[in-house]
Amino acid sequence: MMRPLLSGDLPRSRALAAALALVLAALILAPFIFPGTRSLDVAAKIAVFVVLAASYDLLLGYTGVVSFAHTMFFGIGGYGVGLAAANWGPGWGSLAAGSALALLLSAAVAVAVGLLSLRVRAIFFAMITLAVAAFFQILASQLSWLTGGEDGINFSLPRLLHPRLASYYLVLAASTMLFLALLRIVNSPFGRVLLSIRENEFRAEALGTRTVVYRTVANCIGALGATAAGLLYAVWLRYTGPAATLSFDIMVDILLMVVIGGMGTMYGSVLGATIFVLAQSYLRDLMKVASGAVSGVPLLPDLLHPDRWLLWLGVLFVLCVYYFPTGIVGRLRARRA
Amino acid sequence: MKRDWLPLALLAVLILGALPLVASLPIWITLTVAGLAMGLMIFMMASGLTLVFGLMDVMNFAHGVFISVGAYAAASVLLALKGQAQAPGLAANLAAIGAAVLAAIALAAALGWFFERVVIRPVYGDHLRQILVTMGGLIVVEQLIIVFWGPDLISLPRPTALTGSFIFGDAAIERYRVLAVAAGLALFGAMWLLLNRTRIGLLVRAGVENAEMVEALGYRVRRLFVGVFVVGSALAGLGGAMWAMYQESVNVQMGMQVLVMIFIVVIIGGLGSVGGCFVGALLVGLMANYTGFLAPKLALGSNILLMVLVLLWRPRGLYPVAK
Repeated sequence: MMRPLLSGDLPRSRALAAALALVLAALILAPFIFPGTRSLDVAAKIAVFVVLAASYDLLLGYTGVVSFAHTMFFGIGGYGVGLAAANWGPGWGSLAAGSALALLLSAAVAVAVGLLSLRVRAIFFAMITLAVAAFFQILASQLSWLTGGEDGINFSLPRLLHPRLASYYLVLAASTMLFLALLRIVNSPFGRVLLSIRENEFRAEALGTRTVVYRTVANCIGALGATAAGLLYAVWLRYTGPAATLSFDIMVDILLMVVIGGMGTMYGSVLGATIFVLAQSYLRDLMKVASGAVSGVPLLPDLLHPDRWLLWLGVLFVLCVYYFPTGIVGRLRARRA
Repeated sequence: MKRDWLPLALLAVLILGALPLVASLPIWITLTVAGLAMGLMIFMMASGLTLVFGLMDVMNFAHGVFISVGAYAAASVLLALKGQAQAPGLAANLAAIGAAVLAAIALAAALGWFFERVVIRPVYGDHLRQILVTMGGLIVVEQLIIVFWGPDLISLPRPTALTGSFIFGDAAIERYRVLAVAAGLALFGAMWLLLNRTRIGLLVRAGVENAEMVEALGYRVRRLFVGVFVVGSALAGLGGAMWAMYQESVNVQMGMQVLVMIFIVVIIGGLGSVGGCFVGALLVGLMANYTGFLAPKLALGSNILLMVLVLLWRPRGLYPVAK
């Protein structure tokens, strides 16, 4: 039963399978075994960021293009739900309309950016997406009559989603389905073409693949995945704003998740997102202890300051790119072989 | 080789076209000088990036961090030399600024050398990993800046001699902007002479065209790479110091904010082209100031608009480098 569900792309490592099962079980049982609002927040964030990281991995790991506009699409999703629920009332109809509009807008922007820059060079695409994403962020904070500026939008949801448990399981179920859909896409013939473009663009083109078309479509799918994650995150937070969805910090977070988890392996984004969100939420506490323990030594307490967790993840990121390009998943799989 | 004057004509059209729209000569003069000053500061920061890309095919996403480091170094020196910087005499002021700028250049150059050695050397020729690794370097150095200087915005009062404005008739021109224009033009001139009139410049230009051939002729292109990278980083540090005095504050995010603008400039100019970078920087600086006056709502988007228009006209930038 598992094989068709996972699109034939099995974990291929006992340790990896165990880790994935553990993550899934922990997420399903989170409301019961980890009581408290904070841990439920962490669990929901993990579920959403798995989808966000997986959709980014489709671009970075499978197609070999670096985009810095992924948070822009995440934000479009968030604002889609937020604006619809705030302006048209908290009904299912407005949620559906807002989601549909957000997905359409994302697809249109992704195609436009792709056509403008994907035909030239990978590096060009990275620079242009960075500029466009920065522009979008400015737009969201400047158009305050529409978006609430820096404060963002608070909104309420249909009555059925009022209990936290109901929205949690909605988010979890939707995230799981989205992840499986992405897994299906990368294991389809379409996904194989993307891999061939990543490996050797020149040869793929010589074999008759229209690489620009495939890249643009991949960019579109990645954008739609990010938008869907944005929709879910807004539903969970009942809030949307520039800092929660559009900020460049989140873009950096996604990069770290995908690279540390393992590029070009969908499961990498599960592990990467889980580890990263846990680190973001709990590593500070651990570092507070460590920082206190070395308080006599010069400079060390500053380096171990609870807010410097990103420094150490950054170092880990660079080391990963050099030495473990396939990340944690690649390590786990190599051990078996 | 035939010179391509069209982009320069575009620049002239923009400057002259703004006059009837602004409809007031003094305001137009103020805006034009402000735009040129901004453009030349951007050019200082962007020229290193485009040169490094042209020669080494390396796009350094951590370039913004060199700008921040330069800005922080300059701020530290200026705050330490508060006595000289706030004294009424011009000489003392200039000495303080000189020391600050030198510190910025030195620190950024040292960081650049370390970066080339440790971070970028293993990933030559691999764009994907270059982008990732330099992004990682950006995260790490940005966090280190917080470790050494703290996370808060540091305000930086401008030295006394550079506050206030010159008044010509009805037009007021800030003194600092005049200094920025002079420094920027001097830098562009020096760079032009270095690239076009010296042996090293010849090698760099040859390396941009065909690095393999230069190597085959017996020159060590690799050593040239290191030099250009260090100079590019030093320029970013210099630009960061100038930018910090222009904004009268430094914060950790400034490098990233400026980097977006620099990317737009480099794309407009054509990746790897110093001349294109110069024209692009001036276009962006002028455009930002004119639209800031004419349509403040549009000002923040004007750069992107300009980039899209230029790319529709010339998809590879104003002065595409043949590759």
